[in-house]
Amino acid sequence: MNHMKPTDISHPDYFHKVVDCQWACPAHTPVPEYIRLIAEKRYTDAYMINWESNVFPGILGRTCDRPCEPACRRVRVEEQPVAICRLKRVAADYKSDISARLPNIPKRKNGRHIALIGAGPASLTVARDLLPLGYEFTLFDRDAAAGGAMRTQIPRFRLPVEVLEEELNYILDMGINCRFGTEITSMKALLAEDFDAIFVGTGAPLGKTLDLPGFAEAKDNIHTGIEWLANVAFEHIDSIGENVIVLGGGNTAMDCCRSSKRLGGKDVKVVVRSGFDEMKASPWEIEDAVNEDIPILNFCVPKRYLLEDGRLCGMEFEKVRREYDENGRRLLIPTGDEPLILPCDDVLCAIGQDNAFPWIERNLGIEFDRWELPTLDKTTFQSTHEKVFFGGDAALGPDNIITAVAHGHAAALSIHLLCEGGDVKDRPADLTTLDSQKMGIHQWSYDNDISHEVRYIVPHAAKEKTLNDINVEVELGFDEELGFAETQRCLNCDVQTVFTTKSCIECDACVDICPTDCITFTANGEEKDLRERMLAPAENLDQDLYVSDTLGTGRIMAKNEDLCLHCGLCAERCPTAAWDMQKYLFNTAKAVNA
Amino acid sequence: MSYIVKPRFHHPGLKKNDLGYTRRDYEGTLTTLCGGCGHDSISAAIIHAVHDMSLAPHKIAKVSGIGCSSKIPSYFLDRSHGFNSVHGRMPSIATGANLANRELYYIGVSGDGDTASIGLGQFCHIVRRRINMLYIVANNGTYGLTKGQLSATADVGSKTKSGEESQYDNIDLVSLAIDLGASFVGRSFSGDKDQLVPLIQAGLSHRGFAFIDVVSPCVTFNNTPFSAHGYKNTWENNVVLSEIDFVPMRKEITTRYSAGKEKEITLHDGSVIHLHKTSSSYDPYDRENALHHVNEYKKRGKIATGLLYINQSQSDLHELADTADKPFNRLNEHDLCPGGDVLQDINETFM
Repeated sequence: MNHMKPTDISHPDYFHKVVDCQWACPAHTPVPEYIRLIAEKRYTDAYMINWESNVFPGILGRTCDRPCEPACRRVRVEEQPVAICRLKRVAADYKSDISARLPNIPKRKNGRHIALIGAGPASLTVARDLLPLGYEFTLFDRDAAAGGAMRTQIPRFRLPVEVLEEELNYILDMGINCRFGTEITSMKALLAEDFDAIFVGTGAPLGKTLDLPGFAEAKDNIHTGIEWLANVAFEHIDSIGENVIVLGGGNTAMDCCRSSKRLGGKDVKVVVRSGFDEMKASPWEIEDAVNEDIPILNFCVPKRYLLEDGRLCGMEFEKVRREYDENGRRLLIPTGDEPLILPCDDVLCAIGQDNAFPWIERNLGIEFDRWELPTLDKTTFQSTHEKVFFGGDAALGPDNIITAVAHGHAAALSIHLLCEGGDVKDRPADLTTLDSQKMGIHQWSYDNDISHEVRYIVPHAAKEKTLNDINVEVELGFDEELGFAETQRCLNCDVQTVFTTKSCIECDACVDICPTDCITFTANGEEKDLRERMLAPAENLDQDLYVSDTLGTGRIMAKNEDLCLHCGLCAERCPTAAWDMQKYLFNTAKAVNA
Repeated sequence: MSYIVKPRFHHPGLKKNDLGYTRRDYEGTLTTLCGGCGHDSISAAIIHAVHDMSLAPHKIAKVSGIGCSSKIPSYFLDRSHGFNSVHGRMPSIATGANLANRELYYIGVSGDGDTASIGLGQFCHIVRRRINMLYIVANNGTYGLTKGQLSATADVGSKTKSGEESQYDNIDLVSLAIDLGASFVGRSFSGDKDQLVPLIQAGLSHRGFAFIDVVSPCVTFNNTPFSAHGYKNTWENNVVLSEIDFVPMRKEITTRYSAGKEKEITLHDGSVIHLHKTSSSYDPYDRENALHHVNEYKKRGKIATGLLYINQSQSDLHELADTADKPFNRLNEHDLCPGGDVLQDINETFM
């Protein structure tokens, strides 16, 4: 029988995984650490932790896809995760002036010059990480201002322009040679300019339209969602017809329908092919659209554009139902009902977007795969051309801002290693510390009392106000009081339960006190067997068992990390301090650490 | 002592018993004993046992005396009845309560000081009077609450933390209970819930006086290499004379032990215990034999544990005294004053 080996807690991933939110975050922002600072009203400190890690805390605190929240431990013991994203906004809203805390930019440069293509989150992260090291940058973007998708794809009622520009300017003001309104048309020409490295952060700029019968005649009133949103952002478009159909169920569709409602759309509908429950949009964005009285019709497959006097007047949809074939694949079967006819003046297609690199010649040594995405090393973000790096949506296909930031950090480190003459694969270790939080016999330097409060709701501005002006922000954000209450829901998962085998006297105090039955003293065994023999079964295989070395009685201590509340009661009851609560801080290695 | 309240969050897969309660529903307030105290494990074992038997909290009464041990009824079953009495006088309270209401399960918790010193007289008489209850002694060989003096159960030669050596032979409560006629006597160790929980369940199901002596180390004053009541010594010198599996009434019978080597004992409430003897010469139905085994192991510095003695034919106090079937609180005026006809009948018996 294969007995479990004692857990190697010195492996940087072990305790990192226990901090579920941080592990799930592409940029690995130390979430519990900044939440504690918010609770202490140290907003600026909380902001700077975020700024170091995710570069755009104010923007992300309003717009992030929040992969951290579904991961939050809280959903395993109650209904709702901590409102991590909106707490980040609290830090941004209540911080004081941070200019003195920004890194110094050396006047004397290091002689390396990097080209950034696209002024979105990935490129700006590269610049943020390398400017303090003396790099020089030239930034190209076809748009008239920086921000990329953060500016063009996110409507102002979700992200006010002041918030956007404040955080863009922290980086732009560090000194970047900006060439806005400049579309790069040839990589070959750019390579000839002898930059030390080129970073491509051009996003996924190609929106899809739906070519159905009637398209050619109606195309003046059929728009691709992302282009339309960009035109709205740059105020090239300020109105839309009264009847609007938005096709698609992703976040772009939600932004399109809500924007339409603010630009003159009276009857705005979202229509999706499959089920409501299969929509790709974040649940909270769907909720916001529904709250603005926008109906979402599901199981309707678009069939044709209807015309009147050569102009778009409606759309025809086939009604379908969902079935699964023997392989479990989802099929949409026509119900045979009468087709659904919806009148409309405009159609917005938000049915996906693609990467497009027509400007990269295919004979430069930059290889592309069969999906027309660049062939990349997923750690270094280096392409098959030594000096060319990709990040954000341009690298691995459409994703989100926080992923782009993570790519930017990784690419910046690679560029730095390349320019220093090192191996881009020989990367510095991530930065970790593990420190006891013990202050007294039963006192810890963190608040270990568990709040049973349910998630607080972020207040919204009145609908009459927000629906009439596209620039009025809908969410008001938590005030300090609500923000504080929400911080108390955080379980401090970064404060780890650390076990010292040789100190344990096997008194069972920890077993008896643990509110979630995490700890068991038993004979060692195979992991599967051990999981079943726990005091309460450890069924969540994504979560590790923490296993000690053999104890005096020949048994081992096994702790199920899954449901640990990090309340510290095991350590409070432990007579020999075999359990200790120790804070694990993890920070991804960045260029500055190389 | 911890300052926070134990979080209400629990394992979502926590089992509900026949009454729909989880184990957490049988807890009490957060313990104020020293971290690592064996007594907390006894609390936990009682909670496990009672939950698993699906006993309704309002059908249980907890009684205790004074001492660290006697604090623990606060830490389990906070929806049950309870009486924390005078030092060494828990048996009187238990006797009175039991006479007044014979339908409750009585759990007495006492310590070595409360039972073997100040309450020794009371203890002897409650055993003798065969009160139907479970009497648990949390036995740590020391007076923890008064900072670690030797108690009457400390073995000769064992030392206090400050070095004082015990000159006297200890009082062995198990031998005493068997000798005085207890009909269910067991010994266990707070660190071994696999053994302790079924013993508690069997003791609660047994009709008559059930006694369990639980070695329950005092982590602050008596967990030293010179004490017979420490964790290490108890793990190392614990000799299991019998292992039992408890099957509550109405549950499907499954057992840990291989067939043939065990005895099936049906208790008065219909529950079954599977008793597995580890020594062939040992007989838990034979009082002299049980006493002999306990003493033999003691001479060798070992602690005999398990269900040591059981006698199911003994009557309890209510049967001996021929008391009313109903508890006092359910006797109505007619029961108490049945009228002239009945009086007449009684008088005639004296004619």
